[in-house]
Amino acid sequence: MTPIATPLVQLLTPEGERVHHPDYDVDLTDEQYRDLYRDLVLVRRIDVEATALQRQGELGLWAALLGQEAAQVGSGRALMPQDFAFPTYREHGVAWCRDVDPVHLLSLFRGTSHGAWDPNDKRFALYTIVIGSQTLHATGYAMGVVKDGAVGDATTGEAVIAYFGDGASSQGDVNEAFVWASAYNAPIVFFCQNNQWGISTPTSTQSRIPLYKRAEGFGFPGVRVDGNDVLASYAVTRAALDHARTGQGPTLVEAFTYRMGAHTTSDDPTRYRLSSELEAWKLKDPLERMRSFLFKQQLADASYLEKVEAESDELAARIRKACLEMPDPPPSVMFDQVYAEMTPPLREQAAQFAAYHAGFTSEGAH
Amino acid sequence: MVQMTMAKALNEGLRAAMEHDPKVLLMGEDIGKLGGVFRVTDGLQKDFGEDRVFDTPLAESGIVGTAIGLAMRGYRPVCEIQFDGFVYPAYDQIVSQLAKMHARSRGLVKMPVVIRIPFGGGIGAVEHHSESPEAYFAHTAGLKVMACSNPVDAHTMIQQAIALDDPVIFFEPKRRYWEKAEVDPTTEPFPLEQARVVLPGDDLTLIAYGPMVKTCLDAASAAREEGRSLEVVDLRSLSPLDFPTVFASVRKTRRAVVVHEASSFVGLGAEVAARLSEELYFEMEAPVLRVTGYDVPYPASRVEEDFLPDLDRVLHAVDRSLAF
Repeated sequence: MTPIATPLVQLLTPEGERVHHPDYDVDLTDEQYRDLYRDLVLVRRIDVEATALQRQGELGLWAALLGQEAAQVGSGRALMPQDFAFPTYREHGVAWCRDVDPVHLLSLFRGTSHGAWDPNDKRFALYTIVIGSQTLHATGYAMGVVKDGAVGDATTGEAVIAYFGDGASSQGDVNEAFVWASAYNAPIVFFCQNNQWGISTPTSTQSRIPLYKRAEGFGFPGVRVDGNDVLASYAVTRAALDHARTGQGPTLVEAFTYRMGAHTTSDDPTRYRLSSELEAWKLKDPLERMRSFLFKQQLADASYLEKVEAESDELAARIRKACLEMPDPPPSVMFDQVYAEMTPPLREQAAQFAAYHAGFTSEGAH
Repeated sequence: MVQMTMAKALNEGLRAAMEHDPKVLLMGEDIGKLGGVFRVTDGLQKDFGEDRVFDTPLAESGIVGTAIGLAMRGYRPVCEIQFDGFVYPAYDQIVSQLAKMHARSRGLVKMPVVIRIPFGGGIGAVEHHSESPEAYFAHTAGLKVMACSNPVDAHTMIQQAIALDDPVIFFEPKRRYWEKAEVDPTTEPFPLEQARVVLPGDDLTLIAYGPMVKTCLDAASAAREEGRSLEVVDLRSLSPLDFPTVFASVRKTRRAVVVHEASSFVGLGAEVAARLSEELYFEMEAPVLRVTGYDVPYPASRVEEDFLPDLDRVLHAVDRSLAF
């Protein structure tokens, strides 16, 4: 099959050259450019540290975002405080933008909690493991935004963003979410990070057309952005969010990126993909190009980079320490929040558990 | 006090819940202008508007998944699944998402979602329209599972279910939609999660819910003619299950027969029997017996009467129990 030439929104070339696009642009202050770079570095550092913690046996699993920092930071920073984000299990960069403590992400993978942050407070839902389920939650939430009359205003209007991947694009739930969002003109951005691989399954097995083109069939716009370009990811997401918050309905954003690491720490990508592919994508690294841009534009010097590097080391040390010190929850908590109010049969079972447990404790005391 | 069908009692209950709380929404397939295929939502869209009573695209996972999002936004969605056999496309959203959200968010995210499901057979329907999937949901922690059996309960239970902050799978016995009873909206409602002794008796306890309560009451009146006094317990709440009421009844009668339309294997009857044997092993005169659908796919409607428990099969089990 002849490859189809696909338009890709790009504002920064892999070499860090600033280029222009007729429909999308950013006009950030020098400090904002630097902040985006800082975000990229810190998010990668969190990810690297978490991977190391897993290798050292401190986490049961980790789903690395290596390579996807720009798609996540760009879209995450495009959100306004009132917006609500629904992540998969890999949105550590978006979590960072939503001010979720990285330690809380670790707790899920360490196995101390299924959800350690307050989704309402952070306006960032809990991670969703089942592929694509959260896109429907996001759509329902967006329908609620409409019912509350909270769309229309360009500054106070609310928008919702649903993250998912190329693999999830095949799920019924994702397609149903598209149908619902379209039918109710929901203020939502479907942000698909096409990282080329669903574990070992290439995107070509999920779709024979570029994923962003699916939107047309559902009746709303779709756009493909260079997901390794933080500026383009920011610009495209910001435009799609504004489109949503002003009552113009959903958009599908396909962030074209690459999962540079394994699917999770349990995966071995050398079994199914060529190292040459990874090498080619390394040349498009999202951090490198932003660093080149900062240098070329003389927005940062070596001392700034060193400062950010030092900050990332401090952050890594903090989360490592917090991870190692993270206490196991008392086992009885498993009974606590199953229902808004514990049911009588569960109360009975919890009491039996407590008695059983207490038996061991008193034996141990002898 | 008014005579009304169960369908109308549910309609009135939904209306009262919507009047009581503006956050209550009704959503589902064909529930608006049509009023639902069983007319349970008849007239509600006209009175409450398309914002609060709305037709959805035809995809059950979408219905439940978006209801979860609406609940996160502070709404109290009541979803109608058109028929029992159509709930399975929503299974992931119900058991993995809806049921677990409260626990995984440490109670920070409430899920006041009610999923209404017309269930059970006996109306001569085509396949996938006569099923009893309650055990799948009762097996899932985080869900509450209710089954009404009569217009009076239907009217109050639906309102109580909507008022709960937990997700509820609300089963409506479709073959009883047209049964009538006096419904008095001013009566103090019976607690939602309690079973009820609907007929007191001394010799044996029939334990049932949903459509089989009437079958058991009919069986009890037939048995009375033979001088047998049967007690009938309507479970009403399948999860949590009100074991104290069940135990009290069987402690008195010393014999129990569980009756449901669903297949027997790993059904509600198995759980009730197991718990009775744990609790009343030395007090019972006979093993707990079950009268249920067979362990087969729901059959074609011309033979459904042979699949479904009926008065004779219930009485046969009563005979077997009393013969111990």
